[in-house]
Amino acid sequence: MTEERSAVVVRDDRKSYGELKAVDGVSFTVAEGEFFGILGPNGAGKTTTLEIIEGLREPDSGEVRLFGESPWPRNVKLLPRIGVQLQATSFFDKLTAKEQLQTFGSLYGVSRATAADMLELVGLADKANEQENKLSGGQRQRLSIACALVHDPDIVFLDEPTAALDPQARRNLWDVLRAIQERGKTIVYTTHYLDEAEILCDRVAIMDNGKILALDPPAVLVRGLDAPTHVTLQKGVLSVVDASSLDGVDEAHENEVSLTISTRRPAPVLSALADRGALDGLQVRTATLEDVFLNLTGREYRA
Amino acid sequence: MTAFKTLSVAMLKGFIRDKVTLFFTFLFPLMFLIIFGLILRDVGADKTRIAVVGDGPIVSALRDSGALELESYNDVDAAVQKVKDGDLPAALIIRGQQLDVRFAQSDQVKSATVLGIVNGFVDKANLAATGQPPKFTFAAEKVEDASLKPIQFLTPGILSWGVAVSAVFGSALTLVSWRRKQVLRRIRLAPVSAASVLSSRILVSTGVALVQGAIFIGIASLPVFGLRLSGSWWLAIPLLLLGTIAFFALGMLVGAFAKTEEAASAAANIVVLPMAFLSGTFFPVDQAPAWLQTVSKIFPLRHMNDGMLDVLVRGKGIEALAMPAAILVGFSLVVGFLASRVFKWEE
Ligand SMILES: Nc1ncnc2c1ncn2[C@@H]1O[C@H](COP(=O)(O)OP(=O)(O)O)[C@@H](O)[C@H]1O
Ligand SMILES: [Mg+2]
Repeated sequence: MTEERSAVVVRDDRKSYGELKAVDGVSFTVAEGEFFGILGPNGAGKTTTLEIIEGLREPDSGEVRLFGESPWPRNVKLLPRIGVQLQATSFFDKLTAKEQLQTFGSLYGVSRATAADMLELVGLADKANEQENKLSGGQRQRLSIACALVHDPDIVFLDEPTAALDPQARRNLWDVLRAIQERGKTIVYTTHYLDEAEILCDRVAIMDNGKILALDPPAVLVRGLDAPTHVTLQKGVLSVVDASSLDGVDEAHENEVSLTISTRRPAPVLSALADRGALDGLQVRTATLEDVFLNLTGREYRA
Repeated sequence: MTAFKTLSVAMLKGFIRDKVTLFFTFLFPLMFLIIFGLILRDVGADKTRIAVVGDGPIVSALRDSGALELESYNDVDAAVQKVKDGDLPAALIIRGQQLDVRFAQSDQVKSATVLGIVNGFVDKANLAATGQPPKFTFAAEKVEDASLKPIQFLTPGILSWGVAVSAVFGSALTLVSWRRKQVLRRIRLAPVSAASVLSSRILVSTGVALVQGAIFIGIASLPVFGLRLSGSWWLAIPLLLLGTIAFFALGMLVGAFAKTEEAASAAANIVVLPMAFLSGTFFPVDQAPAWLQTVSKIFPLRHMNDGMLDVLVRGKGIEALAMPAAILVGFSLVVGFLASRVFKWEE
């Protein structure tokens, strides 16, 4: 990936607030069309990093390029190409969903028809005439994303779009985010949900205390862990001794309800289990970003 | 649609849909106008009433002149009792050629007025009875003096105040709310100039001020209140616009310092209320002590008030605008400059 083709280039950015190093030497690039996630607990420096790229904050040092240009100081040429959802949902007072979109659209000289199209995209067509403060949390987030997209930008920055949403609303939003990527947009988004980053992102930067600890596709991060896969069976289907003797099994143990097998080569283990017809209650749990975080920081991930 | 136009429409919709703002913009000042207008309706127009027992040419002459209001009694005791009770300042008792006045000592001013008027009519009747032509003649004519009927100063005062309140609160609250909800930062990320955002908000405020003017003047002109506009009333329009801009700038300054809407609202009140009381909103400043009149000259509202009074009811021409306009423009420039220096896009 050459830098000319990159949507975002960040090189050794730093930003301190007094003694606090909010962003402490961060570097990464985001390719055009990529779905890039910045993952980390509260206070990790995600918002600060994002806002430096958007041109809302000036870094103390380091370099930022957005489509080859510097976003700071306010670069009017770049603005039509970027769509931003800030961490706080920012809306005009007392306007309906449709009016919010039309108003934000007009700031970019966009026609009214696009606004209706955007409502459709985020699944709010039936809420068009509802005032923004009457919408649910998930609907507000989707409206906010629609407002970020209304002028058809090339890159969208979404700051914790799924924070404080119930599981169903989060899943609805994932569909919206995937639909946006299918439209060919580059997405840079922050989250503190590990499972979500794993499912959505092409690449994830894991951030903590202002630093990027790891940056790779989620699968690579997980594989790099060399953490075992856990296969769980109903108790009694197989004895612990039999399980331990299977090819590829590192360890097997049992509790009141289930038998758990640890393996680094799940394929032969699963086929051996299938041969014996011992698949009752089978569950497979591979390592997740949670394990990656634990491994990188030595502490449990708590959003 | 241009950003300027849509932003104006968006802000106008936000304004119209906010019941609390509508109340404080229109109904609240109107309440003051109506209440004070009704309470003070008869002040100044008030004629002295006296009790009268009996009739005759002098009573007829008095009644025709309208100089006093006469309340007829059949019984002398009842009439005198009214004076004793303090309900009426005097009782006029006529027995043939003999006129007696019983007056209350407590209210000397009114009693003296009554005595003077009755005396004048008796003298005139006596002179007429002699058949001689009068040696000295005397004619009286009414002059519209500086002291106005209450509704005449209430309307310009409450209008100026209402416009000031809605401009200060409108700009301060919008600024704080937009900063707190990050709308300002969001706007900053769009390719629009701060000028078009600012001017669209000012356009809404000035539109609101014109509507306030139309409504307040319309209601004050109803027969119950009896406002009479002068021929040069339309000169109030430029004054309304300049006043709105000046108080809008003041609101921007207040909004720059306040962190929350509540704080902005409190700060705006602290700025506007004393200014309203000292600028002649509810009573004419000329009646205040001299030092207070001097103090009140530092408030732009005082000058807006004076200008409004001059053009709306005193019938002064465009030259009456010079001083208030100059002061409002100067105030807007200085305060607007300060506000732009302390302006913050984010918390
Ligand atoms: N304007 C600011 N002034 C002072 N400290 C700030 C400011 N913005 C962020 N911080 C601090 O910088 C750190 C990183 O913040 P942020 O980038 O918002 O983290 P995240 O978005 O990952 O939760 C936090 O400790 C936060 O308190
Ligand atoms: Mg954040």
